Parts: sequence; C-alpha cells; structure tokens
Amino acid sequence: MELNHQAIQKDSFIQGVKDCVPTLLGYLSIGFAAGVVGKTSGMSVSEIALMSALLYAGSGQFITAGMIAASSPISAIIFTIFFINLRHLLLSAAIAPHFKGISSWKNLVIGSQLTDESFGVAMNHVSSGKNIGYRWMLGLNMTAYLNWLLATIAGGLLGKWIPHPEVYGLDFALPAMFIGLLVLQLHSSKKLWVPMIVALSSVLIVIGASYIFTGSMGVIIAAILSSTIGAVIQKWTSD
Amino acid sequence: MDIRLNILIIIMGSALVTLIPRVLPLVVLSRIQLPNGLIRWLQHIPVAVMAALIAQELFITEGRFAFNQLEWLAALPTLAVAIITRSLLGTVIVGLVCMMLLRWLF
Repeated sequence: MELNHQAIQKDSFIQGVKDCVPTLLGYLSIGFAAGVVGKTSGMSVSEIALMSALLYAGSGQFITAGMIAASSPISAIIFTIFFINLRHLLLSAAIAPHFKGISSWKNLVIGSQLTDESFGVAMNHVSSGKNIGYRWMLGLNMTAYLNWLLATIAGGLLGKWIPHPEVYGLDFALPAMFIGLLVLQLHSSKKLWVPMIVALSSVLIVIGASYIFTGSMGVIIAAILSSTIGAVIQKWTSD
Repeated sequence: MDIRLNILIIIMGSALVTLIPRVLPLVVLSRIQLPNGLIRWLQHIPVAVMAALIAQELFITEGRFAFNQLEWLAALPTLAVAIITRSLLGTVIVGLVCMMLLRWLF
C-alpha cells in the first residue's frame, strides 16, 4: 500500500494524462466546433490543422476564422489575437512559482501548451495539496493538445455536414468547463468568502469593462483588479 | 497541402504573439525568488480568471452587456452538478445536454 501511495505522489506523465481525462469532452466538443467554423469560413483542413498545431487557442481560433471569413486585414487579425490571448501572461505568471528549479527549456515547453483548462486543472491539483511536476504537466498538456488537434481536424472534415454545431449545444462545453474549474477551485479554498468576493468582483468588472473596452481586454482587467482585491482582503484579515 | 500564403502568415503571426505571453513569465519568474506580496496576488489569479471567463460567456454578446437567457438556464443546473458532484466531466456532460435540450425547445 505504501509503495502504491508513493507512486501516486511522484511526478508522473501517465498521471498527468489521467488528470486530463475529465476535460477531454470539453476539448473535443469545442475543438470540433472550432474545426467546423474554420471550414465554413473557407479554410482548408490543412490550414485548420496547422492553426491548431501552432496557435492552439480555442477562442483565438474561433475569432481568427471569423475574421478570415470577414476578409479582415492580416495585421488586424494578429493584433486581435494578441489581445485575446494576452491573459496567458497572467496564467503563466501564476503557475511559474510551481515550476521553480526546472530548466528554462522545460518551462518553455510547459508554457507553449498552457491553456485556460490545463491551467485550471493544474491549479486545482495544487490547491488540493498535490505537487505538480514537469512530467505530470507534460502528460496533461500533451493529452489536451492531441485531442484538440484531432477534434479540430474532425470538425474540418465533417464540417460540410454539420454547418451549425451550436444547435447541438457544443459551444456550451466551454462555459460548463469554466464553471466546473471555478467550483473545484473554490471548494479547495480554506477561507471560502475571500475567493467568493474575488469571483464576484471579477464578474462585475467584466460587465463594467464591456462598456469601455472589448471583451478580451475586460477579462484581463477583471483578473488583475479582482486578484488585487483578494490580496488586499487577505492582508487585512491576516493581521 | 493546400495552405495559402496569407493564411500561413496569419497563423504564424498569431501563433507567435500568443506564444510569447504564454512562455515569458514561466521562463523568467520561475528563475527568481518572488516577493510574498506578489505570490499572494498570483494565488488569486485562477479564481479571478475563471470567474471572468464565465462572466464573458454569460453576460457578454459581441462585446456588449447582454443577459444570455439560454446560457443562464443551462448554467444553473451545470453549477448545481459541479457543486454536488465536483466532477469536471459530469459538469461538462450536464451542461452540454441542458444546452442541447434548450436549443431544441426554444
């Protein structure tokens, strides 16, 4: 038994793969929908596959497809994607303290495949008291990456028969997954009311910011401000 | 391989501007000792980002505030299942089924 317990605790690629499984349905349905949207915007299956392999970002790929369909200028598309994906800066910074002492090259590999979901799973893992290591993170990321790639290709291939994937509710996999990840994160908090205030202020700031900025900028502003609120409350209450 | 040049430039460009914010903090911050205040701040990022992403899905349509009714109707049972089961897969399945039913009904 004790040996078994130790095997679970150590940094394992296979454990990372297993911990990715609960999110796979989300990657598959959103990836499929992204492939269909890419196809209907006039992209070839090769282009969809290349975009998944290199860009590897759900919302970014939907928006790119939409802007290609609308014949937007190349510079406008790249600039928009930069802003949409800028929130990764915060995810990457928040996860960085858990990957101290591993090489820059390994950090680069982990970062290149960081997504909202893999970040969420990793942070839930941390807050439930488990360690995250390079191999575990690689198992988690590689599984998600391959599923995303295959799902978008499948969407691209089958897109002509299913032109409106949202009819089947596939697009809701994304908010559903975020809801699940948030609840898991809240559940593992010691003082529940602090993260509840952070979550609530984040929601209100996103709504407020939508009157001033574009949606993706709102997410970044909300994350920065509500984390600051959380840190300030924590500092006050700990004295 | 049918990849057009303009699409290739879009993919390469957007991939590059996405990669840099993804890897830069991990590579730089994991090498230095962060002050406690910053670590305390970073600990709130997961909840803050997840809540912001949910809000964007449920309250924002095309960049403006909107009360997305169907999303809300589907979000409530999804949230209930997440709290009761604490299963990510269960939550996604219930969310998808609810949305499918709602789109079919309305």
